[in-house]
Amino acid sequence: MEKQWAIETQELDIFYGDFRAVKHVNLQIEPKRITSIIGPSGCGKSTVLRAFNRMNDFIPSAHATGEVLFQGKNLYDPEVDPVLVRQRIGMVFQKPNPFPKSIYDNVAWGAKINHYTGNLSDLVEDSLRRSALWDEVKDQLQKSALSLSGGQQQRLCIARALAVTPDIILMDEPCSALDPIATLKIEDLMRELSNSYTIIIVTHNMQQAGRASDFTAYFTMDADRAGMMVEYGETSQIFTRPRNKSTEDYISGRFG
Amino acid sequence: MRSNFATQPFTFGKLHPSRKRLDGLSRFFFNSSNIIAIAALAILLLTIINQAFTMVGTIDMVDRTTLIDSPINSLSKTELISLLEQNLTANRLKTLDRDTPLVERNQAQLTLLVESEVFKTSIVASFNLLDALLHYKSLETQIITSYPQARISMRSWIDWAFITNAMSKKPEEAGVRTAMLGSAFIILIAILFAFPLGVSTAIYLEEYEYKTSRLARIIQLNIDNLAGVPSILYGVLGLAIFVRALGPLTSGNLFGSEAANGRTVISAGLTMALLILPILITNSQEAIRAVPNSLRLASYGIGATQWQTIWHHVLPSALPSILTGAILAISRGLGETAPLIIVGAATYITKNPTGLFSNFTALPIQIYNWTTRPQAEFRNAAAAAILILLILLLSLNAAAILWRNHLHKNR
Amino acid sequence: MDIYQPVNIKKKRRISESLIRVLITAAAMVSILTTLGLVYELGKESILFFSTPGVTLREFFFTTTWQPSIGQFGILPLVLSTLITSFFAMLVAIPLGLGAAIYLSEYATSRSRGIIKPILEILAGIPTVVYGYFALTFMTPLLRLIFGESNVQIYNMLSAGLVMGIMILPLVSSMSEDALHAVPGSLRDAAYGLGATRFETTTQVVFPAALSGIISSIILAISRAVGETMIVAIAAGSGPKFTFNPMAAAETMTGYIARISGGDLGYDTPDYNSIFAIGLLLFFITLIFNLISRNLSRKYREVYE
Repeated sequence: MEKQWAIETQELDIFYGDFRAVKHVNLQIEPKRITSIIGPSGCGKSTVLRAFNRMNDFIPSAHATGEVLFQGKNLYDPEVDPVLVRQRIGMVFQKPNPFPKSIYDNVAWGAKINHYTGNLSDLVEDSLRRSALWDEVKDQLQKSALSLSGGQQQRLCIARALAVTPDIILMDEPCSALDPIATLKIEDLMRELSNSYTIIIVTHNMQQAGRASDFTAYFTMDADRAGMMVEYGETSQIFTRPRNKSTEDYISGRFG
Repeated sequence: MRSNFATQPFTFGKLHPSRKRLDGLSRFFFNSSNIIAIAALAILLLTIINQAFTMVGTIDMVDRTTLIDSPINSLSKTELISLLEQNLTANRLKTLDRDTPLVERNQAQLTLLVESEVFKTSIVASFNLLDALLHYKSLETQIITSYPQARISMRSWIDWAFITNAMSKKPEEAGVRTAMLGSAFIILIAILFAFPLGVSTAIYLEEYEYKTSRLARIIQLNIDNLAGVPSILYGVLGLAIFVRALGPLTSGNLFGSEAANGRTVISAGLTMALLILPILITNSQEAIRAVPNSLRLASYGIGATQWQTIWHHVLPSALPSILTGAILAISRGLGETAPLIIVGAATYITKNPTGLFSNFTALPIQIYNWTTRPQAEFRNAAAAAILILLILLLSLNAAAILWRNHLHKNR
Repeated sequence: MDIYQPVNIKKKRRISESLIRVLITAAAMVSILTTLGLVYELGKESILFFSTPGVTLREFFFTTTWQPSIGQFGILPLVLSTLITSFFAMLVAIPLGLGAAIYLSEYATSRSRGIIKPILEILAGIPTVVYGYFALTFMTPLLRLIFGESNVQIYNMLSAGLVMGIMILPLVSSMSEDALHAVPGSLRDAAYGLGATRFETTTQVVFPAALSGIISSIILAISRAVGETMIVAIAAGSGPKFTFNPMAAAETMTGYIARISGGDLGYDTPDYNSIFAIGLLLFFITLIFNLISRNLSRKYREVYE
C-alpha cells in the first residue's frame, strides 16, 4: 500500500509578483511526526510554511505553481475553499497573538464559527489540557488572555488551534519570542502533540531542530535569490552525516 | 470531538452555506455605504449644476430688433457702449460711470447692462437644467403660449458678468465681485496674523520645549481643544473682543476713519485668524517633526546656536510642508460662514471694500443670503456662486495635495 | 610660533537668542489667550444675562418657551431642536461612516480605496453653507415628495439633520478607519488561521478590538453635529419652537445665535447677552464631548502601541 503523506508538495514554486521566492520544492511530510524546516534567513522557509494553509493568499501579489497535496487533493485547486483548508491545517505564529478576549473565549471562538455542535466547555478543557495549560488557568477561564505570560499565551494559541481539531499544526518560529524555560515547555508539548498531530515547525534555532524534531528539511538561497530545499531526511542523519556540503556548513555554523 | 464538526471529512468547496452567504453579502453590504456616499456627492453636485444653468424665457419691454440688427452677443464693446449712450439719460449714464466707468466694464457686463437698461429685458419664466434637457420642446411651447413675445434661451448663471458685478436687487444682475474681494481681504488679513503666530507656536512646541515642559503640555492640550470648538463660537468671541471691546481700534475711529462700529474687515480677518490658527499650528508641527534629526545634529555639531539651526536649517527644510498646510488652512477659512455672520457681515454692499475699516461681506455669506431669499431666481445666483466657491476650493486643495505628494516623492 | 588661538569656551551671552525665544514663547501664548478670552467673555456676558431681572437659571433650563419680548427665557426648545437634528445626523453618519470604514479597512483593494477615499475627502471639504443650500433645494423637496407636502414643512429639522449626517459621515469614516487599521495584523492572522471567513474575522475580532477608537470617533461626530450652524440656519427654520416632530420647523441653539447676531444688536440687551449664555452652554457641551472622545482614543492607542 502506498504510504499516505500528511501533506506533500510537488514542484512548488511561489512568486511574489514576478519575483520567485521559492523554487522546486518537493517535500513529503511524515504523518504524526515533527518535521522542522531550517536554513538561513530569507530563504523562504516561512513562505513555504504559509503555502501549506493558504495564508499567502492574503498577500495580493503572491501566487504559486505546482501542487500541494493534502489527503490526495491539491490545496491550490480553484475549487478548494481556503477557509476550510485553514480549519484542517492550523497555525501557531511567531509572536503569541491571543484575541483580546477571555481565555475561554479564545479557545472556544474557532469552534463556534465552525458550527461546533458538541459541548463547548468540554472542548475548551480538552484543548487546554492537550496544550499543557489547563492546570495553570482552570480557575481563571474568564480572565483576559492578555494577562498571561508570553509562554502561557503561546500555549493558549496552541490550545486555540487544537480546538478546531486540525490534522496538521504549522508552527512559524513559535519560540523565538519566548525565554528558554518557556521554550523547553513548548518543545515538550510538541513531542506530546506529535502523537496525535503532524507538526511542521520553521525554526532559526538549529539546536532546537536537532533536539525536538524527527525529520529536518534544510533550505538555502540559490544564486537567483530563490529559496530551495537542499536536503531532507531524518534529523539524526542530517545532523551527523549530512549528504550535502552546504548542509554541513550550515549545521557546523560556518555560515547562517 | 471530531464528529461534532460539520465539516469532516475534508470536503472541497462545501463551506457551511450560511457562512458563505454571510461572507458574500457582507462585502456588498459594507460597500453600500460607499455607494451611498458617492451618490450623495453626485446628487449634490448635480443639484447645483441643475440650478446654475437654466432655460429662460425673456421679454423685452423695448423690442431689441428696433435697435440692433444682429444678435446682441455679436456686438462689440464699442457698439454696446454707443447703444447705452444713445438711449440712456445723462443722469443715468453719470451714475453708472461713477460706479464703474463704462469703458472699464467687460463685454458680458455691458451686454447685461444693455439688456436691463435699454431693452428692459425681464425674465418671465425659468426652468432648471434637468427640466430643460428633458422637456425642452414642451416647455418652449408652454412659454410661448403664455408670452408670445418671449425669447427662449439657455442662460448660464455663471459668467463673466456674474464674477465682475456687484450685488443687486435683481437676481439676474447680481454678481459676486464684492463678495470675492471681501473673502480675499479677510483671508489675507487672517493669514498675515495666523501664519507667523502659528509657525512660532509650532517652533516653540517642537524645537524649544520638545513638548516636555508643563507650559508646553498645556499649550498643546489647549490647541487640541481649540480645534474642536464649533466655529460659531469663534464668531461670538470675535464679536465680544474685536467688534466690541477693541471697537475703537477695529473700527478705525482711533485712526480717523468714519466706520460706524467695529464690524469691519479687520475684525473679520482677526476672527478668521483665530479660527485657522489651531489647524496651522498642527500642520506646521507635523512639518517640523518630519525634518530628520540628523540635520539638526549636523548643525549643532558645528557649533550653531538653537535659533541659527532653526532659521537656517529646520525651517527651510520644513517650509514647503508648512506652506501646503497653510494653503489647506486658507481653503478651510474661505468656506466658513457662521463666524462671519456673528461678527457682522453686511447683507447688502455694492461698493468694493476699500480698506481695513470698510464693511465686509464674503462669498459664503453671499451664498447664504441668496439661498434664504424668497425669489426663486436668487437660488440660481446662489448655485452659480457655489460653483465658483467649489472650483476655488478644489483648485486650492488639489494644488496643496499635489505639492505635498511631490514633496513626499522627493524625500 | 603659536598658530592656535587661546581657547575660550566660557558661556557666551547671546541676547538675540534670548530675545527670539521670548518672542516665540509669547506667540505660543496667543493660543492660551484665545481660550481664556473665550471662557472670560462667555462667562462675563452670561453672568450679565442671568442677573437681568426676570431671568433665572431655573427658567433658563427648564421652561419651554423662548420669547424675550414677553420675558420668557426657556432654552429647552433650542436644546431639543439641537438634539433632534443631531440625532438624525447620527442616524445617517454612524451606519454609513462605519460601513465605509470597515469596507476600506478590511475589504477594499488599493484601487477602490484610491477612488473612495478622495471622494470622502471631497465630501469633508465642502463648506457647510453649500450643504445648507443642498438641504433646502433638494432634501426638503424630496422629503415633501415622499411624505406629502402637508406633513413636511418647508423648513424642517429632518432635512437639516439628514444632510448634516452626510457632512459628518467622512469624519466618522476616517477616524474609525484609523482605529480599525491600528488593530495589529497578527490578530487577523490568528482568526484567519483558525478558518474564519472575512466577515467573521471583521465583525467578531477586528471590530470589537477597535471599539473604543470607534466610539471615540462617534462622540466627536456628535460634538460636530451639535456645533454645526449653517445647515440648520438655512434649512431647519427660524424661531424657537418646542416640538418633537422632526418634519416641523424649529430653531437650534446655533441657528438662534446666528439669527440674533445677524440683526440689529444693541450691546447689553437681554438678546445680546443671551447669545453668550447659549454660547457658553454650547461650549461646555462640545468641550465635554471632545474630552471624552480624546480620552477614549488615547486609552485605545495605549493598548496597541
